[in-house]
Amino acid sequence: MADLKENIAEHIESGRLKTDELILHMGPQHPSTHGVLRLELVLDGEIVVKVIPHLGYLHRCFEKHAEAMTYPQVIPYTDRLDYLASMNNNHGYVLAVERMLGIELPERVEYIRVIMAELQRIASHLVAVGTYGLDIGAFTPFLYLFRDREYILDIFEKTCGARLLYNYFWVGGLSHDVHTGFEKEVGDFVKYFRPTLTEVNTLLNYNKIFVQRTANVGVLPADVAISYGCSGPMLRGSGVDFDLRRDDPYSIYDRFDWKVIVGDGEVGTLGDCWDRNMVRMKEMAVSCDIIEQALASFPEGDVTTALPKRIRPPKGAEQYARVENPRGELGFYVVSDGTANPFRVKCRAPGFVNLSVIDEISQGHLISDLVAILGSIDIVLGEIDR
Amino acid sequence: MESLLTSILGTNLLTTVIYCALPLVFVLTYALIAVLGEVKISAWMQDRLGPMRTGPWGIIQPLADVLKLLQKEDITPSASDKFLFNLAPFVTFMGSYAAFAAVPFSSQYIGASLDLGIFYVFAVGSIGVVGLMMAGWSSNNKYSMYGAMRSVAQIVSYEVPAAMALMIIVIYTGTLNLQDIIVAQGGGIWNWFVFGGPKADVVLASGRELQASWANLVFLPLFLATFVMYYVSALAETNRTPFDIPEAESELVSGYHTEYSGMKFAMFFMAEYANMFLVSVVASIAFFGGWQSPYGTTIGALVGVPWLSPVEEFLWLAFKGFFFVFVMIWLRWTLPRLRVDQLMYMCWKVLIPFSFGIALVVGFLVMIM
Amino acid sequence: MALSTPSIFEHLTAAFPELTLAHDEAAPCIIVPAAGIKDVCLQLRDHPDTAFDFLMSLSGIDFADGTLGVVYHLASMTHKHKLTLKVVVPKDAPHVVSVEKVWRTADWHEREAFDLYGIVFDGHRDLRRILMPYDWEGHPLLKDYEVPEFYNGMKVPY
Repeated sequence: MADLKENIAEHIESGRLKTDELILHMGPQHPSTHGVLRLELVLDGEIVVKVIPHLGYLHRCFEKHAEAMTYPQVIPYTDRLDYLASMNNNHGYVLAVERMLGIELPERVEYIRVIMAELQRIASHLVAVGTYGLDIGAFTPFLYLFRDREYILDIFEKTCGARLLYNYFWVGGLSHDVHTGFEKEVGDFVKYFRPTLTEVNTLLNYNKIFVQRTANVGVLPADVAISYGCSGPMLRGSGVDFDLRRDDPYSIYDRFDWKVIVGDGEVGTLGDCWDRNMVRMKEMAVSCDIIEQALASFPEGDVTTALPKRIRPPKGAEQYARVENPRGELGFYVVSDGTANPFRVKCRAPGFVNLSVIDEISQGHLISDLVAILGSIDIVLGEIDR
Repeated sequence: MESLLTSILGTNLLTTVIYCALPLVFVLTYALIAVLGEVKISAWMQDRLGPMRTGPWGIIQPLADVLKLLQKEDITPSASDKFLFNLAPFVTFMGSYAAFAAVPFSSQYIGASLDLGIFYVFAVGSIGVVGLMMAGWSSNNKYSMYGAMRSVAQIVSYEVPAAMALMIIVIYTGTLNLQDIIVAQGGGIWNWFVFGGPKADVVLASGRELQASWANLVFLPLFLATFVMYYVSALAETNRTPFDIPEAESELVSGYHTEYSGMKFAMFFMAEYANMFLVSVVASIAFFGGWQSPYGTTIGALVGVPWLSPVEEFLWLAFKGFFFVFVMIWLRWTLPRLRVDQLMYMCWKVLIPFSFGIALVVGFLVMIM
Repeated sequence: MALSTPSIFEHLTAAFPELTLAHDEAAPCIIVPAAGIKDVCLQLRDHPDTAFDFLMSLSGIDFADGTLGVVYHLASMTHKHKLTLKVVVPKDAPHVVSVEKVWRTADWHEREAFDLYGIVFDGHRDLRRILMPYDWEGHPLLKDYEVPEFYNGMKVPY
């Protein structure tokens, strides 16, 4: 206390009060860091001068664990990376292993995988848009979106018994076939779901206050986005027409007729928070299109025919498989040494890469904008910290 | 009413105590109802049920909440300024409660019939800001500090358009006395200020005569705009969505009361709800006839039961107050939150110029009419 | 125009004769010396025929034979082709030139490889641990890593 008084006296004597930057730790326990992320903010008043993210609070040594497991045993761990998009995570990993083994999948498996992945994408985007509304202060759309997510989770639960962590995609197939009535349920859901998007658009996305808060905030130019390796809605929100489902086709996405959603700066600058959020909104409609087409030509068959008896890729085989996760490019780099355990599994998590751009795009904004920017990146700490 | 109480109780002291405590009883009951309203209305808006376990339809949930808050450990952070930290919630609650003294609950009951009623309500209401600042500063928490700074800036700014809006009514009536303003709106719904004010001459409580005619309809658009302005400013003054920036959960955790728990938190909570009701009641007094019924008279007066009239009047005022509180809740669960600079823009560049403009026009019209 | 790995290799050897092509049908890759990786990457990124503007992934790897490796997976947005580069360094002196200034995304990826494998990226502006605590000892993804008994007085193996 005495020090403080001397300090103040000194500054007053020198003629002017000294001002300093304030360091504020946002997190690891904070409502809008979407998990246990700690952002060290250097602030000038309310203006953000620098953002230093500190990760690792949820580090669970996924890659080390994977080396001690057999190939199929790793799948449940991938569920837990991005726990909002477990199906897509399964997909990325099994794709890498299947390519190492050279497995050809039955038609029905591919169709079910696409439908599941797209349903999961809708579910994940529902959380993303809902929590984004929450970040901006709108509570109600969040619950409307969670209500609809519940229908998807119910379908998943009926199919594989789990609501969040499915372990459903197996190397060479699926853990089991879909339940009877699956097609009708999914079809009904898609029909029911489309009006929700309009509802949320009117309630949230075109709300004047929401537009004011998100348009022209956190503008991410296309070249910066590519240099930072951003992917998914982050990249497309900046106007880059790139989607792995179309540009590096995997599974059977090339059979369907759908279009890649790209941000267009409708209410502000191209690449702002509003664009990123809108890309997610529109992508849900696209996912509905894909699901409807997949249901229209849904084949019969056995899903277990291609399941290998023994999963042991040849020594030295390695594969980098990437899939379009709701958050962006999810890559699995798997290396084999000829044993039943993978020699190395590296997960390239989209959230990890997308988050690294936050310092670049939030400088000079207010704290409130930082929350908006962080929400628009749509991070899941499970995959960032792995 | 004071004389009635004295005749029952006999002593003056007891009378005064009861007389003063009546609004407190009302505010406490109202807070319970408002909390229940908040959870239930939000639940219905959001396709949920809300609390269902405590009592039928969860109606005693607020009591359970109070019980929980009472039992909670009262934590004072070790690095805080303990004196200010403990004082702040009381100052804040006192600020909003003291303002109820000048609120006429019916033609027979008013804590203190001040000639400076509106002025007093605003002056005392602003004391709450001091409490917020104390809370934010003494908590020794950066989030609290940000919340306090924001809320002081916001409340002080929005006091200007809110006061200006009421000044417009004062320019017309020529009195700051709240009871007078209500009396001026007697005689039916068309005489309320939101519909242009009285359409025939009225005698105010103070005995002054206010001359009026149907030409007053020219005031209708002006007073309507004034009301909207007042209500928006009131939302900002009570830190309600879309102006809940000081306690913006997603940014500042919960602003100035981040470090508070237990009953001290409850005091802030109560002050917030009391404030909501206060501004709603002032809105209904200044624009919606206060305790006047929409049909100009009371059932008590019609059937000749004199004690029924004040009760009816009180119910009308409470109903109007609750209605505006309901609108606040409604807005809260519908709208997102503004940003600090947008909030200030709205105040200084939109509301204040407009309110001055309207005041000018009203003043001019009052002069020539 | 999308190019295959051997043709990119042809293209590169003109400027960098010290490269080797690993002949693996399933996963072809180019092996680059640790000191030259940055120049190779710059060339790959800036030459209009290759235009590798997107670093998909940068992984460390412990080959368990006394060497560590860094694997770069590149992609091009314009040509839609992919390429894998590999750098092998001895475990006792794991120094690789940083490509953080070529692709900004390499910043965090290199920090991760440093954190988990102890590979030092020369020229990286802020090489700190990223996933593990800042005062953690050892690099956990090494094959011969042993979990420490205690961390700051807390028992680690449970």
